Amino acid sequence: MRSSVRSKSGSDSRGGERAPLGLKLAALGAILFLHLPLLVVFLYAFTTDEATLTFPPPGLTLRWFSLAWQRADLWQAFSLSLRVAAVSTTVAVVLGTLAALAVVRGRFAGREMVTLLVILPIALPGIVTGIALRSGLALTGLPFSFWTIVAGHGTFCIVTVYNNVAARLRRTGRSQIEASMDLGADTFQTFRRIVLPGLATALLAGGMLAFSLSFDEVIVTTFTAGQQRTLPIWILDQLTRPRDRPVTNVTALFVIAVTTLPILLAHRLSGGGGREER
Amino acid sequence: MLRRAANFLFRHPRWALGLLLGPPLLWLGVVYLGSLAALLVQSFFHVDDFTGQVVRSFSFATYAQLFTPANLDIFRRTTVMAAAVTIAAALLSFPLAYFMARYARGRVRSMLYLGVILPLWSSYIVRVYSWKLILAKEGILSWFFSAVGMSRVLDAVLGIPGIGGPSLSFSTLGRFLVFLYIWLPYMILPIQAALERVPKSLLEASADLGAPPGKTFRKVTLPLALPGVIAGSIFTFSLTLGDFIIPGTIGDSSLFIGQAVLRHQGTAGNVPLAAAMTVVPMLIMAAYLAWARRLGAFDAL
Amino acid sequence: MTAMTAPAVRFVDVSRHFGEVRAVDGVSLEIADGEFFAMLGPSGSGKTTCLRMLAGFERPTAGRVELHGRDVTDLPPYERDVNTVFQDYALFPHLTVADNVAYGLTIKKVAKPEIRRRVDEALDLVCLPDYGARKPAQLSGGQRQRVALARALINRPRVLLLDEPLGALDLKLRQQMQTELKAIQRQVGITFLFVTHDQEEALAMSDRLAVFNQGRVEQVGTPAEVYERPRTVFVAGFVGTTNLLVGDLAQRLTGTPGPAAIRPERIRLLAPEALAGAGEAIAAGSIREAVYLGMHTRYTVDLDEGGELAVVAQNLDADAADAACAQGRRVRLAWEPSAIRALVG
Repeated sequence: MRSSVRSKSGSDSRGGERAPLGLKLAALGAILFLHLPLLVVFLYAFTTDEATLTFPPPGLTLRWFSLAWQRADLWQAFSLSLRVAAVSTTVAVVLGTLAALAVVRGRFAGREMVTLLVILPIALPGIVTGIALRSGLALTGLPFSFWTIVAGHGTFCIVTVYNNVAARLRRTGRSQIEASMDLGADTFQTFRRIVLPGLATALLAGGMLAFSLSFDEVIVTTFTAGQQRTLPIWILDQLTRPRDRPVTNVTALFVIAVTTLPILLAHRLSGGGGREER
Repeated sequence: MLRRAANFLFRHPRWALGLLLGPPLLWLGVVYLGSLAALLVQSFFHVDDFTGQVVRSFSFATYAQLFTPANLDIFRRTTVMAAAVTIAAALLSFPLAYFMARYARGRVRSMLYLGVILPLWSSYIVRVYSWKLILAKEGILSWFFSAVGMSRVLDAVLGIPGIGGPSLSFSTLGRFLVFLYIWLPYMILPIQAALERVPKSLLEASADLGAPPGKTFRKVTLPLALPGVIAGSIFTFSLTLGDFIIPGTIGDSSLFIGQAVLRHQGTAGNVPLAAAMTVVPMLIMAAYLAWARRLGAFDAL
Repeated sequence: MTAMTAPAVRFVDVSRHFGEVRAVDGVSLEIADGEFFAMLGPSGSGKTTCLRMLAGFERPTAGRVELHGRDVTDLPPYERDVNTVFQDYALFPHLTVADNVAYGLTIKKVAKPEIRRRVDEALDLVCLPDYGARKPAQLSGGQRQRVALARALINRPRVLLLDEPLGALDLKLRQQMQTELKAIQRQVGITFLFVTHDQEEALAMSDRLAVFNQGRVEQVGTPAEVYERPRTVFVAGFVGTTNLLVGDLAQRLTGTPGPAAIRPERIRLLAPEALAGAGEAIAAGSIREAVYLGMHTRYTVDLDEGGELAVVAQNLDADAADAACAQGRRVRLAWEPSAIRALVG
């Protein structure tokens, strides 16, 4: 059963039909707007123009890739980002799971408060979190180092794991836990044999999102890093001192690849098209 | 052995709860809330004009400094941009969100959803960087405009004071485009969620009662989608208020709130002023959130 | 009371309060070994809460719970010799059917060959042999319920609890499972305690039942006792349908202001001039409404002296056509005086 509606703002009450052409174009436009800029970066990673600004590119080369490969500072930044992301993700997974278990399965007043607290680091603008952490950490006298970066990242990564785990717990319901205890397993055994396997994919998805979030983060990191440069900070420096633009392009391409993969996997694990909010 | 611990926890569920909630609350409470409190406290200190040192006594002097013309300019500039970006984002997102909610099915919908999620989660800094390349004078946008013979239009637009500048990448318009690009997914998703929640039976009932499609859209769909728009606007507004990287990379030397804060807490060493300036977007957002909550936006999140 | 003569289950003045709400209010109950016992009542009546207190998922606010003479009130569920079949079956989705069934034994660290043997035994008992390798997601509702049953029974508990086990099944399957559950219980020989809101189910399956209402037990007895000799107004109305006689009507028909009840099927519908049996009470009236229900017809009769009675008559020699034109017909009602039960409350 098909019908084509001519007006742009028509709402077709028989779903699954052809959308008006105008609507489709507008939607397509939005999608293109979202994705074309990154393609530009990809393109420029291959251009022979050293300032990598002219369009169309005068030629294509792979030269910059080998150049980037040899840059020690790049590898340092990459290694730091990787380590920070790994530790922050671990912290986020542990704390987020504990919090989600408490809020979904526990009975106490103030559950909404806990949720708010978990979401706050990511809800408030990055600059607020950044400057707050910086002045807080300055008060303690701790030197700005790897661990201060992790402190920042871990804090706002908790929410991704928390949301995923909480959503999964809500879908599962209590009866499985009760059944397990009914059959002779105590709290710890039940957790190990029933709860954890049930959470596995949610933990994985949340963890990957946390990894991606941490790997890419720049605003809070500028405040909590000392002399260290994570990969995004390295790129940020390049923005204001555009010396090695070709290498920057290659790095940009690389960062996109590294952060896209976990997102795709997390999407697949959450059942594709799930409603997990940021 | 472990069994005894389990028995204890079972009989005393509060202890179990404490064990679960303790670590995350401790971390968040100490690390995060503690820092926020420290920040707030600092905003009530002030910098002595002569010594340049921070004086740790309670005063409103720093807050008074917020009202200088330069600072008020910063607030105005940032807020206007936030509003403009929000409106533009809403307009641009709506067709896509509508299409995704009403017409897309199965694989197409999954792909589209992924297509919105990926930019949302993928690297912020790279996406900003990409626009530096695009907006450059020799870059793709200029090439495009000359290719379609509209370069004179472009120059004319760039000549408009307040919006334009020497080139796209040094103009307010450029900043606007980048903000719009970066925050767009944050607007699309809540609108799509809100539109999906509109039961088809409502639209059918409206048609059944004699309303033409346009009227149904205006009177039924749009009001029900509004909470989603507001929810998205929370993001776009708040994110613009606090950002310093985009205005720092694109545009002229006029400052946004984020940049001012960064500057004050950095080399200028005026942490109290930085803290006070941070409080402003927080207050704006608190008021905005309260208003949005009244309009039911929180359900669309 | 020695352990040998102690009842399988004993609730001693058990209460469960949630703030102001009294979910269970002073329930005392004894269930004998090997009984098939039903706890019947509408939702919110406290029957499920009692079950959960027996299983160990809720703790009584007052009173004690005893299993075979042993006070288990403070014991966690994994230390009680009780197993439960849950309303939503609660099968573990990430384990196979065999692993699900074996779960209790795995926890107790029973040897693997022994586990395998008993799993096969359990699956045979519920008529699901060779289903071991499947996952719960691949099973139908009825099959899942059998797996849940097997999973509980394999541990050889002394009492099996069933929480509205047949609620999610369609009618035919439900009737089939009722028979099977009875058979299994007889075969295994342990005490079955099940919770239901379906009074037909309770009457059909149980040896004895308790009728719950608003946190209290209103009556305990065999199905026959509860049906034929209801004690309270609630029981009379909840178990089967009844004519509730109060006030004027009661005064006329029973000689006391009531409350009293008479079952619709105990009233005979006679032609106005027909003779009533010896000792039967009579009343005259006209049929207001006749609803044909296939097997029987339900009549609502307006009595000449006021009030109305519901009468149910088997369609022995009447049919739909008769029901259709019965309206307005003059009739005479007759019943045995002993069919009227005086009620409390």
